[in-house]
Amino acid sequence: MSDSLISETVKDAVQIAKDHNGDVHEHDVHAGDNHSDDHGGHHTSLGLSNTKLAMWLFLGSECLLFGGLISTYMLYRNRHSENLGPDQLWDIPFTSATSFVLLTSSLTMVLAVSAANRKDLRNTKIYLGVTALLGALFLAGQIYEFTVFYREGLGFTTSLFSSSFFTLTGFHGVHVSIGIIMLVAMIGMLSKEKVSGDEAEAVEMVGLYWHFVDIVWIIIFTLVYLIPA
Amino acid sequence: MAIIERPAEAPATTNRGSAPTPKASTNYGYLRRPVETTGWRSWAFTVDHKKIGIMYGAVAMFFFILGGLEAALIRLQLAGPDGTILSADKYNQMFTMHATTMVFLFVMPMAAAFANYFIPLQIGARDVAFPRLNALSLWVFVFGGVFLNTSWFLGGGADGGWFMYAPNSSVPFSPTNGVDFWGLGLQITGIASLVGAINLIVTVLNMRAPGMSMMKMPIFTWMAFVVQMLLLFAIPVITVALFLLMFQRSFGAQFFSVEAGADPLLWQHLFWIFGHPEVYILVLPSFGIISEVLPVFSKKPLFGYPFVVFSGAAIGFVGWGVWAHHMFASGLGPVSVAVFSVATMAIAVPTGVKIINWTLTLWGGKLTFTTAMLFAVGLIVQFTIGGLSGVTHAVAPSDTQQTDTYYIVAHFHYVIFGGAVLGLFSGFYYWWPKVFGKLLSEPLGKWNFWLMIAGMNLTFGPMHIIGLQGQPRRMYRWTEFRAGEGFFNLGFWNLVATIGTFILGVGILLFLINVWITHRPNSKTPPAPADPWDARSLEWITSSPPKEYNFARTPQVSQLDEFFHRKYEDVGEGDKHEYVQKMTGEEVIQFEEDNADPNIHLPAPSYWPMVLAFALPVMAYGVIYNTLLIVAGGAIATMAMFGWALEPADAESSDFDPPVEGDETSKELANV
Repeated sequence: MSDSLISETVKDAVQIAKDHNGDVHEHDVHAGDNHSDDHGGHHTSLGLSNTKLAMWLFLGSECLLFGGLISTYMLYRNRHSENLGPDQLWDIPFTSATSFVLLTSSLTMVLAVSAANRKDLRNTKIYLGVTALLGALFLAGQIYEFTVFYREGLGFTTSLFSSSFFTLTGFHGVHVSIGIIMLVAMIGMLSKEKVSGDEAEAVEMVGLYWHFVDIVWIIIFTLVYLIPA
Repeated sequence: MAIIERPAEAPATTNRGSAPTPKASTNYGYLRRPVETTGWRSWAFTVDHKKIGIMYGAVAMFFFILGGLEAALIRLQLAGPDGTILSADKYNQMFTMHATTMVFLFVMPMAAAFANYFIPLQIGARDVAFPRLNALSLWVFVFGGVFLNTSWFLGGGADGGWFMYAPNSSVPFSPTNGVDFWGLGLQITGIASLVGAINLIVTVLNMRAPGMSMMKMPIFTWMAFVVQMLLLFAIPVITVALFLLMFQRSFGAQFFSVEAGADPLLWQHLFWIFGHPEVYILVLPSFGIISEVLPVFSKKPLFGYPFVVFSGAAIGFVGWGVWAHHMFASGLGPVSVAVFSVATMAIAVPTGVKIINWTLTLWGGKLTFTTAMLFAVGLIVQFTIGGLSGVTHAVAPSDTQQTDTYYIVAHFHYVIFGGAVLGLFSGFYYWWPKVFGKLLSEPLGKWNFWLMIAGMNLTFGPMHIIGLQGQPRRMYRWTEFRAGEGFFNLGFWNLVATIGTFILGVGILLFLINVWITHRPNSKTPPAPADPWDARSLEWITSSPPKEYNFARTPQVSQLDEFFHRKYEDVGEGDKHEYVQKMTGEEVIQFEEDNADPNIHLPAPSYWPMVLAFALPVMAYGVIYNTLLIVAGGAIATMAMFGWALEPADAESSDFDPPVEGDETSKELANV
C-alpha cells in the first residue's frame, strides 16, 4: 500500500470524525420528526442515528449468542476419541492464512466506508467487492477445512467435541455468508441507486457488522485453535 | 414516507370519504406501499404502533384464554384422587403448554402490547424508531404462537415441562414432535422479542420529546426500557440453547446426552441464564404500570421516583447473577450454592425498595379505589406474599426441601399471577379509555377484581400447604392412600385449589363480558372524557383514542408528570406545595390541538413484515418434516428482505389526493 493512500485514508478518517461530530443523519424514519429543530436533518435525543444505535444493540445481543456457543465449545472441547481431537486435526498454518484473509477484509471494509464518506462511488463498490471476495475466500478455506476434517472421520455427530466445534464455527460461517450477501446487495443497490437515505451510512452499517464478525473470529481462532486443549 | 402531511390549519381528519379512488401505480409494480386505511388491510399491513399494540394485546388475550383452559384441565385432573380426565402423557403436555403459553404467548406479548402502545405516547414520539420492524415483531410472534400450538394437532404438544430439562427433552423420552415444535416455536417468538427490544430501546433513547431527559420519563417507560434491555441480552442465550436442542433432536448431535459423555447441566445453565432475567421481563412491566396507577389514584406524585427507577435498573443488573438458584438441587457444589443464595437474597432488596415506595405513595394520599387502583394495590399485597416465599427458596437448605414440590408452584404463581397479571389488569382498566375512548364498567370491574383475588388465593394459597406436605409439582395424579389426615389432607386442599381456579376463571370471564358490554354494537356506554382519572403523564396530552399521528404538536416537556404540571400550579410557599388547578385536561389538550404542527410525517404501511414473518414457520415445519420446506421458507424470507429493502420510501403520488393548494408537499392519503 502506497504512502499516499495511507495519508489519504488518515485524512478521510479525520474528515469522517469531523463530519460525524454531532451528526444526526437519521434517515429512514420520519415518525419522530421534530420540526421545531430547523438545523436540517432529523433530530434524535442522543444525536446518534437510529440505525446505527440499532446496529450496536444488535451486535451487543450477538455477543451473548457467540458467548453461549463458545462456552459450549469450551465445555466439550476435550470430549473426543483419542485420535480425533484438536491435536490431530488442526492445521494452524492453514487456518492462520485464512484468518489473515478475513482480517484483511476488515481493512478493505474500512477503505470502502472511507470511500463512501468521500462520495467516491466507484472506489466504494470496488472495496466492497474486494471485501466480499476476501470473505468468500475465507469461507472457501473453512469449507476446505471442514472437508478435510470430515475425510479424517470427524463428522458433525462424531463426538461432543465435533458437534460443538462445527456448531460454533458453522454459526460464524453463516454470519460471514450473510455479510457477503449484504456486501453484494450493497454493491447492487449502490449501482441502481436504490439505497434509501444516506448511502455512506448504509455502507457503514454493513461495515459495523463485518468488523464484528471479524472480531468474533479473532476470539474463536484464539480460543479454539491457538490455546492448547 | 409521509402518509399525512397537512397545512397548519386543516385538521387531519378532513377529506375523509370524499377522496377519489387511487390509481394503480406503475413505477414500482409489486413494490408499492399499501395505502388502505380501512378494512383488514389497514390492520394487516399497518406500521402504526397503536394498532400493532392493540393486535399484540388481542392475540395475547386469546392465548391467555387458551392457557387458562389448559390450567383448568390440570386442576380438574387433580381435584380428586386418581384423576381420570387426562392420561399421564396428556397431563405432561398440558402443564408444559400451559406454562409455555402463559409465559411466552401471554405475559410477554401483553407487556409488549403495553410497551408498544404507550412508550411512544409517553415520550412524545409519533411512532417507534423502526415502524416496519415493529410490524415484523408482531407478525413473527403471531405466527410463532400459532406454529407452537399446531403441535396439538400434529402428534401432541411438548411434554418436558416449560424448562425442558435434559434428558426429558431428548428423543427417547419424548418421541413425538412436541418438543421440536416447542423449541422452534420459542426460537421464532424469540426473534419477535429481540427485534422488538432493539426497536423500543432505540425509541426510548433517541425519540424523546424535547426536554424529556431520562429522569423525566414516565415510570412505565423506564420499566419497559429495563425489560427491553433484559430481552436484548437474554434472548440470544435461549437461542443458543434451543439451537443445541434442535441439533440434538433433528440432526443427531449429543449435546445433552449423558450416555455420550455430555453434561446435562449445560442446558440448565443456558436455560436459566435466560430464564431468570425472564422472570423480571415478566414482572417489571407490571411494576411500571402500577407505578403509574398508584400516584394517579392517590393524588400524589410517585414517592421517590429516582429510587423506583434505579431499583428497577438494579433488578435488571442483579437479575443476571442469580440464575443458579433454580439449580440448588442439581449438585453445583457448596461455593456456587452459597454465592447464588446470597445474590438471591440481595435481589430482594431493590424489590423491597419498590414496595416501600408504592406504600409511601399511598401514605397520606387521597385514595380513590377504582378498579385499576384495586388491581394495583392487589399487586402490592399478592406480590409481597410471593416475594416472601421466594426468599425462603433463597435459603438453599430450605430450597432443597421445596424443589419440585407444589410450594414452588405456589410461589411463582403468586409472583407471576399476583405480580405480572394483576398489574396488566390494572393497566387494562386504567388505559382502556385512552386506547378505546370508552370506560369499562366500574361495578363489573370490581366484581372482576374481587373474584380474581379470591380465586387466585384459593387456587395458589393451598399449594403452599400441599407443597410443604410433599406433593410433587408434576405428578399427574395423587392417591387417597397417601393423602394424609386432618388439616393437612391433600385431597381437601387440592379440591379447594380446583374450586379456586373456577372462581378465578369466572373473574376473568367478567372482564371479557365487561369489554363486550362496553363495545357491543348498540352499547350505551358514552365516550370517555379526555382525562377521566386526572392523570399525570404525557400520554394523556392528546385525544382518546389518539390520532394516528399521536400528538397534534410535539410536546415540549419541562417536568416529570408533565400533564399534571400543565393542569396544576404550585401556589405553596417555601417547602410547602399546594397545587391549584389552572386548566382542565380538556383545555390542555385543546391548547395543543390549536397549536398543531404544520407538517406531520408518518411512516407508510408495508406488506413485507408479514411476508417475512410468514417465512419463519415455513422453515420451522421444514426442520420437522421436510428439508425442501426450509429451502422454500428461506426463499420467501430472502424475497421479503429484498422487497423490504427496495420498497419505495413512500406511497406513490398517484395513491394520494391531489396536493392541497398552496402547499406542494401536503398530501392526504386517498382512500382514507
